[in-house]
Amino acid sequence: MGGRERYLLAALLVLALAFPALAPNDYYVTVISVAFINAVAAIGLNLMVGYTGQLNLAHAAFMAVGAYTVGILTVDHGAPFWLAFGLAGVIAAALGFFVGLVSLRLKGHYFAVFTLCVGFIMFLVIEKWDGLTHGVVGIIGVPASAAIGPLSFKSSIAQYYLILFFLLAGLVVMRRIVASLVGRTFIAIRNGEALAEALGINLMRNKLLAFMISTFYAGIAGALYAGYVRFLGPDIARETVTFDMLAFTIVGGMGTLIGPVVGAVVVSFVTQYLQFLHDYRMVVFGPVLILLLMFFPRGIVGSLQGRAMARRAQRSSPVPRAGAGEGAEAEEAGLAERARSNA
Amino acid sequence: MSLLFQQALNGLTLGSVYALVALGLTLVYGILHIPNFSHGALYTVGAYAAFLLVGKLGANYWVAMLGAALIVALLAVLTERLVFSPLRDAPPLHDMIAAISLLLFFEASVQALWGAEFHRIQAPFTQIIRVFGLVAPAQRLLIVAGAFVLMLALHLFLSRTMLGATIVATAQSRQGAALVGIDAAKVSMLTFAISGALAAVAAVLFSPINLISPGMGELVITKAFVIIILGGMGSVVGAIVGGLIIGFAESFGAFYISTDYKDIVAFVLLIVILSLRPQGLFAPAAR
Repeated sequence: MGGRERYLLAALLVLALAFPALAPNDYYVTVISVAFINAVAAIGLNLMVGYTGQLNLAHAAFMAVGAYTVGILTVDHGAPFWLAFGLAGVIAAALGFFVGLVSLRLKGHYFAVFTLCVGFIMFLVIEKWDGLTHGVVGIIGVPASAAIGPLSFKSSIAQYYLILFFLLAGLVVMRRIVASLVGRTFIAIRNGEALAEALGINLMRNKLLAFMISTFYAGIAGALYAGYVRFLGPDIARETVTFDMLAFTIVGGMGTLIGPVVGAVVVSFVTQYLQFLHDYRMVVFGPVLILLLMFFPRGIVGSLQGRAMARRAQRSSPVPRAGAGEGAEAEEAGLAERARSNA
Repeated sequence: MSLLFQQALNGLTLGSVYALVALGLTLVYGILHIPNFSHGALYTVGAYAAFLLVGKLGANYWVAMLGAALIVALLAVLTERLVFSPLRDAPPLHDMIAAISLLLFFEASVQALWGAEFHRIQAPFTQIIRVFGLVAPAQRLLIVAGAFVLMLALHLFLSRTMLGATIVATAQSRQGAALVGIDAAKVSMLTFAISGALAAVAAVLFSPINLISPGMGELVITKAFVIIILGGMGSVVGAIVGGLIIGFAESFGAFYISTDYKDIVAFVLLIVILSLRPQGLFAPAAR
């Protein structure tokens, strides 16, 4: 990580910590809290889509599983909140294991289509299984995140810091994962499954691992959602929610660590200004996203990183390298850089 | 006996509609190797276009069907030109995400223009036909007949005409087709036009017995995907057979198991089949 990048990250962190003091009113804190929850889920999705190259369209359904785990256990069975919270991640990941076992046998488009169907089944089950999920009525009155010792999360600002804590923890863990050999393995799979397999990488085992980590993040994000919004309906499992997370990831930068977070915050803010569009925001968002894919496919963070690497490459090599800012080369430079800093 | 016949007819109706939608999807997949998620939106737009033509302009049902087919064909060609063609060299992830963007864009547009409530297109035939004590609503028979005529026409077009042959050739090998002088851009526009028209006709046939709403395409497209995975992506026969299998499974599933879960039948079938045969039922071994 370059010096400039480190300062930028530190500045973002300070901004996030000071945000409740800077925000003009509570409403903004709410918007950003929800954006951070979505960011946690998007970080998980990014591991699958951005790093491993598998388009999982059932991600929102796994988030819903996490949310409903908390909702059902606390409301219907009186379980302690934090026990349910932990189980949310575990159950989502366990379900991810079984879904992955079947779906990851399929490659490319087949995997995307299959997960779309899986997501739909999960949505229908949540909607129809009245006895367990209360069907279309939803679960009302989920308890707010319980106090830990002297720390109480009653106020919206305390909730904000709780969510921020999980977001940062998620980022730190994800950074360790993608910088490790396992993370490199995922990237190798994304860059070419046949080559990765020829190098002796067990595709199934690694994809399954990525899928389980990814669904674990979704489960935790769902649990945070349940504790924050405190009302659950089957609609949170819909593919449009997955699509929102994809949008965050693309806007921020697929396959970059903080891209999903930046995307979630930026898109959520913009959406606030498009409030008058209401249910029709996709009329604007759809085309915008397509244009982004065509002309700005690396997203905000990806483009910034590309530029920084081009600058560094320019400085280190006496001969100016043409096209050093292009995707593949910059990425290689990034990997080499990361390898050096790890060594 | 009569009940069984009812279910069989329901299955056949559903299957015909699914097969028409799946055919368009499989043709586009064969040419561009894109799972075109926006295909479901074309189905929705087709129904609304016909609804507009019948309601606002007082068009005859058949004229409305033709009009809807033309409008949607044009729309499909536009998406090909403006979205899929520029993204041809992008990673496959981008195509898929763009296709979903289109789906949500069309859905939101339809909802913005017509609202979220349900509408109905008046059926051209409301009589009920009775033969040998079996009862069949004319609209259902029309759907089945219409779908099979279209499938036959498509089959003849692909196998007997030069233009159809260019589609088949491009699906087999894009480079090979280019070598013998086939313009790939024209072929993909033609394919999108056909797939759009098929989706629109399927929607107009089906909507008199099934209300129209902005979200109507979502279930149909997911089932169409199930069908082309079962039948093998790009396979025309597979789409037809797969469509009928899903149609019957759903109709008998609703009857014998539960109407609540009838929409899940297709997906459960998919999971069971793919668990046993990851390459699909009719697909060639290589993918």
